[in-house]
Amino acid sequence: MKVTVLVRPRDGILDPQGQAIDRSLQGLGYASRGVRAGKVFDVELDAADRSTAESQARELAERVLTNPLIEQFEVVVHG
Amino acid sequence: MASRIGVITFPGTCDDRDALRAVELCGGEPVALWHKDDDLRGVDGVFLPGGFSFGDYLRCGAIASLSPVMAAVRRFAAEGGPVLGVCNGFQMLCETGLLPGVLRGNHHGRFNCLEPELVVERPSPWTGNRAGGATLRIPIKHGEGAWYVPDAEAERLAGAGQVLLRYRENPNGATAGVAGVCNEAGNVFGLMPHPEHAVDALIGPTDGRAVVGGLLEIAAAVPA
Repeated sequence: MKVTVLVRPRDGILDPQGQAIDRSLQGLGYASRGVRAGKVFDVELDAADRSTAESQARELAERVLTNPLIEQFEVVVHG
Repeated sequence: MASRIGVITFPGTCDDRDALRAVELCGGEPVALWHKDDDLRGVDGVFLPGGFSFGDYLRCGAIASLSPVMAAVRRFAAEGGPVLGVCNGFQMLCETGLLPGVLRGNHHGRFNCLEPELVVERPSPWTGNRAGGATLRIPIKHGEGAWYVPDAEAERLAGAGQVLLRYRENPNGATAGVAGVCNEAGNVFGLMPHPEHAVDALIGPTDGRAVVGGLLEIAAAVPA
């Protein structure tokens, strides 16, 4: 089963990468008013059903894929 | 007898040679350890050196914090053994939860290569027992050196005596200008500046000896 973990900087946490991208967009003339840069992980999980896949994904996102001090995440289960 | 200090090399570590040499120059016996080792070969202290372990994949220090040797380091620290983490080593200690906080990208988005003045917060073996307010000059070289905890947590840690070093001028956006912090028990210390690069007068300041000497001092004091 495939799950996607979307990781974003927590609200209020400085994101120099997003700021630099935002400035570049503005330089190109886009009406950008702020960018927050995150990460996407597509994980193939051997799980019997959706709820097992989701709980496994949440666990590995908390333990490994994110640092909860500065990042938040969302889990999407496919299929 | 000289204290035996384990210096752990991970794939992508680049300051292990300097760390081994610094331990020797300061009177210790360096022991090279590897990230796949699952015991610490009876060392009296551990030095986690800087570099870019596992290419800084995921988050700096995150993959290294999951390696077999770090489980051994966690047990060693829980028993009171002294652990020093420098730069990437500091990042690993934060990722394992042995130290509070996390290291983030510098606020200005640029790599820092500087020789900043560091202010000693309070006397501790980790900073050569220098008085509070004393300064040390130890180089930094990092892209992700901004130590972060929420402001209130930084105040609490400072009140608890866990903040040991601050930058005179904050070079990276670290919370409260913190350069180095220890755990509650005081046997685990991490800092972004590189004491192992400041031990030989031939190439610059030697204030790094205060920190490496601190590791040796604590290692000698802990009963084997």
